[in-house]
Amino acid sequence: MSQSVLLVKPEHPWKLTPKDLITDLLGALFTVVATLAIVGFSPLKGKLGFALTLIFMSIITATAVSWIKKDRKAAVNSSTTVLVYIAASFVIIALASVLYEIIRLGASQLSPGAMFTQDMSQTASESELTEGGLIHAVIGTAYIVTFATVLSTPIGILTALYIVEVKGRFAGLVRFFVQAMSGVPSIVAGLFIFAVWMVQLGNAYSAIAGAFALTVLMIPTVARTSEEVLKLIPSDLREAGLALGATQWRTVAMVVIPAAKSGLITAVILGIARVVGETAPLLLTIGGADAINLNPTQGNMSAFPYYVWKNLLIGSENAISRAWQGVFVLMVIVFIFFALARYFGAAKGSRRK
Amino acid sequence: MSNENSPETPNERKENMSQLTGKPESGQKNSSAQDPKPATHSLADVAAARTAKVGKPIAGLTGLTAKGIHAWFGKKHVLEDISMDFFSGTVTALIGPSGCGKSTFIRILNRMHEFIPTAALAGQVILDGKDVYDPGVDVTKIRLKVGMVFQKPNPFPSMTIKENVLSGLKLAQIKIENADELLESCLRRAGLWDEVKDRLDEYGGALSGGQQQRLCIARSLAVNPQVLLMDEPCSALDPGSTLRIEETIRELASSISIVIVTHNMQQAARVSDYTGFFLSDGGPGRLIESSSTSEIFTNPKEKRTEDYVSGRFG
Amino acid sequence: MTTTLPQAKSAPIPRVITTQPRFTDKVFRGVVTSGGLFSLALLGLIGFFLVYNGFEAIRAAGLGFITGFDWVDAIPEDGQPAAYGVGAMLYGTIVTGILAMIMGVPIAVGTALFLSYYAPQWLKKPMVVVVDVMAAIPSIVYGLWGYFVLMPHAEYWAKLIHKYFGFIPFFDMPAPVFTRSPFIAGLVLAIMITPIVTAVAREVFAQTPLERIQAAYALGATKWSMIKAVVIPYGRGGVIGGAMLGLGRALGETVAVYTVLNLVYDIRIEVLLSAGGSVASMIVNKFGEADRVELQALMAAGFVLFLVTLAVNFLANAIINKTARE
Repeated sequence: MSQSVLLVKPEHPWKLTPKDLITDLLGALFTVVATLAIVGFSPLKGKLGFALTLIFMSIITATAVSWIKKDRKAAVNSSTTVLVYIAASFVIIALASVLYEIIRLGASQLSPGAMFTQDMSQTASESELTEGGLIHAVIGTAYIVTFATVLSTPIGILTALYIVEVKGRFAGLVRFFVQAMSGVPSIVAGLFIFAVWMVQLGNAYSAIAGAFALTVLMIPTVARTSEEVLKLIPSDLREAGLALGATQWRTVAMVVIPAAKSGLITAVILGIARVVGETAPLLLTIGGADAINLNPTQGNMSAFPYYVWKNLLIGSENAISRAWQGVFVLMVIVFIFFALARYFGAAKGSRRK
Repeated sequence: MSNENSPETPNERKENMSQLTGKPESGQKNSSAQDPKPATHSLADVAAARTAKVGKPIAGLTGLTAKGIHAWFGKKHVLEDISMDFFSGTVTALIGPSGCGKSTFIRILNRMHEFIPTAALAGQVILDGKDVYDPGVDVTKIRLKVGMVFQKPNPFPSMTIKENVLSGLKLAQIKIENADELLESCLRRAGLWDEVKDRLDEYGGALSGGQQQRLCIARSLAVNPQVLLMDEPCSALDPGSTLRIEETIRELASSISIVIVTHNMQQAARVSDYTGFFLSDGGPGRLIESSSTSEIFTNPKEKRTEDYVSGRFG
Repeated sequence: MTTTLPQAKSAPIPRVITTQPRFTDKVFRGVVTSGGLFSLALLGLIGFFLVYNGFEAIRAAGLGFITGFDWVDAIPEDGQPAAYGVGAMLYGTIVTGILAMIMGVPIAVGTALFLSYYAPQWLKKPMVVVVDVMAAIPSIVYGLWGYFVLMPHAEYWAKLIHKYFGFIPFFDMPAPVFTRSPFIAGLVLAIMITPIVTAVAREVFAQTPLERIQAAYALGATKWSMIKAVVIPYGRGGVIGGAMLGLGRALGETVAVYTVLNLVYDIRIEVLLSAGGSVASMIVNKFGEADRVELQALMAAGFVLFLVTLAVNFLANAIINKTARE
């Protein structure tokens, strides 16, 4: 009896039927036609007029259809559904526009040969784009970000360890302050380093000054993400280590951290991705050179954001093009780190609870 | 115990079952009074006593019928060919070991099954002569006619007691003339009126577990359902609240049909007029037997039913 | 049966357990603790050094530093002392921040609702990536995009708003210059804070207790009535916290605002006009050529900004932590 052949097929009677879809399609068609008609016959013109009318008509159509087919409750539901979809579309359109313009304005006239071998010390920004390059910015960003990473990774992870593993008396306070510190404006971080390193201690512009400023911004990111990652490690692991007679330090170093390794890497990469594009703190600390400077502790240094900024302020057509090119390369770098972070983060599963 | 090949007499079966349940047999009037102390009843007695109280059910018409229900989660077949009638004015209990699809089944009755992304089903659920899964059916209206009370009491904490009871009306945007009358009537039917009538403006979270569950019952009643589904409503409550709610169920049964899933066989015997026994042998859950409660507990037709209600497994 | 009842014993005294950590553990704890406290100290140091260096400026101007609108260098020849006041810029910072919230928070909450309750399964993951990418874009990119791409459109919108709503004082135009206005700056900032607010709102929505959602549906609720009855009351606190985090970010933004906002040292309520300010942009603007005295004033301005953003962030995190615990 229990071996009866299954003659019954699974169905989903609640899913949208073709009939429903046709109704939806007709509704959408009506909306577009009505919009075109209104835009054609009224003073509303241009992309904005079209967009606004479209939004308005979508809401009206959806609400009316639901009201007629069902009742007022369904009509309210339909109008809010349309509004929610519109909100999401705004976000998609904004991002699409940003990415599109970066590629259009930044990638069209790239000359990689010159770009990555020359700096701007002998070329004016107004000159043709085949001359000059941004290698000085590449070197500068590399120096500054590397140094900042070297400084902020241990402090950030140690802070996370303090909050999660050692759970000292001040753990709650530290956590709260780290949270607050992630909201410190980047320019304030720059001003702080300027006040301490340059005014108080009398140093001039340099790469490490910029690195210090970025460290201030990176520590909270690394600390908070590391904290979340460490919290996800189940306490059973720690208890197993301690029950085997290991000291706390060995348990942390040999059990907890290896288990959290990919998450911690993600935390660091996220920190890097955050600071690699920071402009304001660098404007106050590194001096923005045009030439390659191989000395991280002395002399003005350039960096990608500074390079873009300088060209933007010059304002001539070629300079603006250079600025966009700088933005393009910067975005490529950010994307690489972003993808790395997702890759390592995904390896550990979802970071969400 | 009994020889499978020779049919037992009902009395023999009763004795056998009482031996298994370890409770002395005292339902019969002419039994020898071995122990003068007030006897605890066997399940059979409880069930028999129950049936004696209720008159004949009103068959068909405004009842609910499930025809050939199958359910899947993705590729996993979890319910096979369930057909049941739920008569109006009666209480039907669904019993069986955990994991055999009882909760899935009742969620198919009020169209909550479809919220799970991989869910699929086959068959029909007929309410008032129409299949609730017909295309073009307004699903929110179905849920107004077929209400549900959940295992864990879940009143809305952001609303007062009064607002909780009337929340169904607000959610469905139903306007009524005299909200206070409805409020009192629902709370009375749920057996909660006396306890909360002076604090209707307090928040729902302040009540005890049993009171919260009765509040949820009152809330479900406010939208005037024809059927009330209850998914193990007492399993999170203490015995005192459980009894209170069972009283409530018995009183409600006169005006509305109730389908109650329960793990507690004694509860099923106490409360229901009809009982359906579900079982799964590792495959999809099936409805092994379905008939009046007294039949199921005193005279089950299937051996598996008998094994379950006599406690041999489960 | 001779059992002597035992004398009433006094309550048992719990033993004091002392664990002497081993030496390596002591070192470990010491190192970790100093790391943690370093972070704690850093915040205090920032405040301290800014005040220390900006002290002269604050002392000279007194409360007028906050309320004064002018930013005037000293003219030694005329014997005119410097008068530095961040009032106008602070007002501008706050106005652009509020504009960013008004325009950005509804979009962000709508997007979060979309992701949590409306998006079909195949659209969820890509949409989450979209929001994450938006968060990763550096602010200077938004600054460039805002100036070259958005501003021409926004100028057109501003003209329309003025045409139809010009009777409201906010939308009046004393002079027909629509570029680089608080409105446009607010728009750019709104786009920048959307990812943060969306992320926080999504987290909150994801934690809404499923049983309440089921209860609402079982009572015959539509999706929106369920959201209104369950999700919004539950998530209100968290979303407010998220919005405040967005505000904090907007208040401190520098380069994105610099390009699209014209610094004018005056308080005006017309948001469509090309006149506004922001403390952060002012600092960047004046920094290059500032002499020692002006530098001190800029430090003081930075300190004011620091305090304001700190207050907003403290409040935001307090709200979020409180609602997360419930």
